[in-house]
Amino acid sequence: MATLVSLQSRLPLIDCQYYYRNRTVDGYRKKEYKAAVKIQSWFRGCRVRAYIRYLNKMMTVIQKWWRGYLGRKHYRQMVKTAYLTMKMNFYNEMAVRIQKRWRGFKIRKYCFNYYYLKEYLRAISDTNQAIREALEEFAEMRGREKKKADLEKEEKRKQNQARKTHYLLSTKQIPGIYNSPFRDPDPMEFEIRKVRAFQMPSAAHQIQQTDYEDLSTWLACTSKRSFPRSDILPPINRKQCQGPFRDIAEVLQQRYKPLQPTLRVATSINSEKDAREELRREEWNNRVHDNVFLPFSSFSKNEKYVPMVQTSTKYNGISYAQKQFQEEEPTKWMSNKDTSSLPSGHFHCLFLIPTSWPPLLLSNFR
Amino acid sequence: MSQRQVLQVFEQYQKARTQFVQMVAELATRPQNIETLQNAGVMSLLRPLLLDVVPTIQQTAALALGRLANYNDDLAEAVVKGDILPQLVYSLAEQNRFYKKAAAFVLRAVGKHSPQLAQAIVDCGALDTLVVCLEDFDPGVKEASAWALGYIARHNGELSQAVVDAGAVPLLVLCIQEPEIALKRIAASALSDISKHSPELAQTVVDAGAIAHLAQMILNLDAKLKRQVLSALSQIAKHSVDLAEMVVEAEIFPVVLTCLKDKDEYVKKNASTLIREIAKHTPELSQLIVNAGGVAAVIDCIGSCKGNIRLPGIMMLGYVAAHSENLAMAVIISKGVPQLAICLSEESEDHIKAAAAWALGQIGRHTPEHARAVAVTNALPILLSLYMSQDSSEDLQIKSKKAIKNILQKCTYLPALEPFLYDAPPNILKHVVGQFSKVLPHDSKARRLFVTSGGLKKVQEIKAEPGSLLQEYINNINNCYPEEIVRYYSPGYSETLLQRVDSYQPLV
Repeated sequence: MATLVSLQSRLPLIDCQYYYRNRTVDGYRKKEYKAAVKIQSWFRGCRVRAYIRYLNKMMTVIQKWWRGYLGRKHYRQMVKTAYLTMKMNFYNEMAVRIQKRWRGFKIRKYCFNYYYLKEYLRAISDTNQAIREALEEFAEMRGREKKKADLEKEEKRKQNQARKTHYLLSTKQIPGIYNSPFRDPDPMEFEIRKVRAFQMPSAAHQIQQTDYEDLSTWLACTSKRSFPRSDILPPINRKQCQGPFRDIAEVLQQRYKPLQPTLRVATSINSEKDAREELRREEWNNRVHDNVFLPFSSFSKNEKYVPMVQTSTKYNGISYAQKQFQEEEPTKWMSNKDTSSLPSGHFHCLFLIPTSWPPLLLSNFR
Repeated sequence: MSQRQVLQVFEQYQKARTQFVQMVAELATRPQNIETLQNAGVMSLLRPLLLDVVPTIQQTAALALGRLANYNDDLAEAVVKGDILPQLVYSLAEQNRFYKKAAAFVLRAVGKHSPQLAQAIVDCGALDTLVVCLEDFDPGVKEASAWALGYIARHNGELSQAVVDAGAVPLLVLCIQEPEIALKRIAASALSDISKHSPELAQTVVDAGAIAHLAQMILNLDAKLKRQVLSALSQIAKHSVDLAEMVVEAEIFPVVLTCLKDKDEYVKKNASTLIREIAKHTPELSQLIVNAGGVAAVIDCIGSCKGNIRLPGIMMLGYVAAHSENLAMAVIISKGVPQLAICLSEESEDHIKAAAAWALGQIGRHTPEHARAVAVTNALPILLSLYMSQDSSEDLQIKSKKAIKNILQKCTYLPALEPFLYDAPPNILKHVVGQFSKVLPHDSKARRLFVTSGGLKKVQEIKAEPGSLLQEYINNINNCYPEEIVRYYSPGYSETLLQRVDSYQPLV
C-alpha cells in the first residue's frame, strides 16, 4: 500500500512529466526529423553519385574504344588514298616522260623534218607534172574525138545530100551537073554514083498494096499469108480450085498454131536449182546471224582427257624434255607466305628490283 | 436552119479559137510583140480558153500564157492575180501529158521572177501536184515539173524547205538516173538550187543518195550536164566539213581535174568552184587536193581562161596557201605565183584583182622563202600601184595593203624592197625600213649594194619623228655604216661643206 501511495503521489508528477517529456521531445522532434532527412538525403545523394560516377566511367571506356576504332578506320582510309595518289602521280610522271619523248620524236621526224619536206615537195612537183601531161593527153584525145565526130557528121550529111539529089546522076547521053565535059568530074558525081537512091517510105507500101489486089483475083483464099512465101509467081490462067474447102480461118489456125509446150518442157533445166537458190537466199536475208544452231548435248564438253600412250606407260621411262628442262626444286624459291595483302605485282616489282634478289627469281616472276 | 448549118457555126467558132490561140502563142515568142499583146488585154482573153472543151486549145493557151509570163514579172503577177493558178494546178493533176507540160511551163515561168510569186505558187498547192508529175512516165513532163521545182527552190531557204517537204528530193534523185540527158540536166540543176541555201537542206539531198549519182555523171560528155552536176556538188560541199568530206569520199578526184580541161568555159568555172569549196574547209582536205595534183591543174586552168572564169581558181590557190606553210610551198613549186602575178596585171575587173592580191598575200606571209618567191615575180610594185591608185575600189585597196604588209614583214629579198623606198607611203615605208634594218647588220654584200644603189641616200632623206619606230629603224641602219658615209649622204651635206669652204682661212 505504500507503493500505491507513493505511486499515487507521483501521479500528478507523472502527468506533468508526461506532458513535459512530450513537450520537450516535440521540441526535438522537428530537429531530429530534419537531421534524419538531411542524413538520408545526403546518403541517397552519395549513392546516386556513386552510381553516376560508375556510369561515367563505363561511358568513357565505351567512347574511348569507339573513337579509337573510328580513328583507326580513318587512318586506314587516309593511307589508302595517299597510296593511290602516290601511284597516280607516279604513273602521270611516267606518262609525261613517254609523251615528251614521243612528241619530240614525232615533230622532229614528221613535222619539221627538212629532208622529208624536200622529198614531199619533189613528189608534189612530179605528180603535178604527171597530171599536167595526163590532162594534156586527155584534152588532145577529146579534141581528136570531136574532130572525128565532126568529120563523120560532115560525111553523113554529104551522103544524105547525094542520096536526095540522086536524079542528078549523069547518064550516057546527058552528062549531069557535076560531070561537066570541060573539066574533071566533081567529087559529088562520084558520091552520087556510090549511093543508092533515097526512097520515100510510102512508095514501098504502095507496091505491097497492088500486089495484094492482084492476088485476090486469082484465088479464093484472100489472105496474103496463104500464099507460099517465095518469089516464084503463080502460073497464069490457072483453073479455079474445086471442092468444098475448109473454113480458111480454121486452116490458118491449124497451120499457124503457136507452140504450146507442156509445163515439163517449158520449165528450164535449172529451175529446181534456181528455186532452191532463191529459197536459200530468202532465208539468208531473213536470218539475223549465220551461226548454226548447235545441239544441246554436252557430248563434247565432258570428254575426259586420254593421255598419250607414250606418257601414260610406266615401262619406257619419261621421254626427252620432260625431265631436263624442269626446275629441280620448285619449292626452293617459293615461300609459303601469304602475299595477297601486298599491293599489285608490278609496282612492288619496280620498287624492289634494285635490292639484290637472285637473278633466277626474276625469270620466274610472271 | 438545118442541123448541119448549126454545127457549122460551132465549127467556125472552134476554128477561130484555135487560130487565135496559136497566133498568140507564136507572137509571144518575140519580145517586141508582148507589150502590144499586154495592152490588148490578152490575159483576160486567154483565161477562159484554158477551160476550153477542146484539149488542143487548152494546151496552146497554156503554152501562150507560159511564154507571156516568162517575159517579165508584171505579166507573171497578172497571171497570179487573175486566179489562173488554181485552175492550172487542178488540171495538172487530171489532164494528158501535153497539158501537163504546158501547165508546168506556166508555173515555172511565173515562179522564176521573184520570191513572192513563187510563194504564191506554193500557197495554191502546186507543189504536191508537181511532185506527182515527177513520177509520170513521160520524160517531158518530168523535165517540166523538175524545172518548175528548181526555179521555185532557187529564191530562198523557206521555199526550198517547202519543196523538200513536198517530197521532191528522192524523186529528183531518181530523175537523175534516167537516160534522157535533158532530164538529167534539169534534175541536177534543181538539186543544186535546193542544196545551196543551208546545211540542213544539203544534208537532206545527201541523205537521198544524190552524191553517188552526181559523181558518176561527171564523166558524161555533155557539157551542160557537167556544168549542173559540178554546180550541185559544189553547193553541197560548201556548207560544212562533213559534207565536203562526203563529196570527196565519192572519189571525184582525179576525175574532176579532167573537167578543168574541158572546152566549155562554165564547166571549168564550176569545176574550180567545186575544188575551192572543198579546199577551204580544213588543211587535210587541201592536202588531199594537193597530193592529187589538183593545184597544177587549177593553175593551168587559170592560165587558159580570162575574166570571171578565173576567179574561183584564184581563190582556191589563196585558200590552199592560207592553211599552212607547207601547202603554200606546194603552191609555189607548182608555179602558181607567176600565174597569179599575170592575173594581177592583166585583169581589168577589180574584184578579180582583189582576189589575186589576197592570194599572193596568203602565199607570201609564212616565211622569208615564201616572201622571196612572191617578190622575185615583181608582183610587189604592182600591188603597191594598186594600193596607191585612186580608181581602185576600196576592197581592192584594203586587200592589196594587207597583202603588201604581210609579205613585207617576212621579205628579206632586198632588190625587191628597194623600189619601195622611193614611192611608198609612210605606213608601208615603216615596214620596208624595218626589214632593211633587220637584214643589213648581218650581210656585208647587201650593205655595199645598199650604198651603191642609192638606198642609203634615200633613207637619210626620210623624215621621221624622233622616238618613233621609224626613227629607231633608221638609227639601226645608220649604225651599220661608218659615220663619214652617213654624213656624206645626209641631205644638205654639200651646203655644210661649202659653208666650211666659206669660213676657211687659207694657210698662207
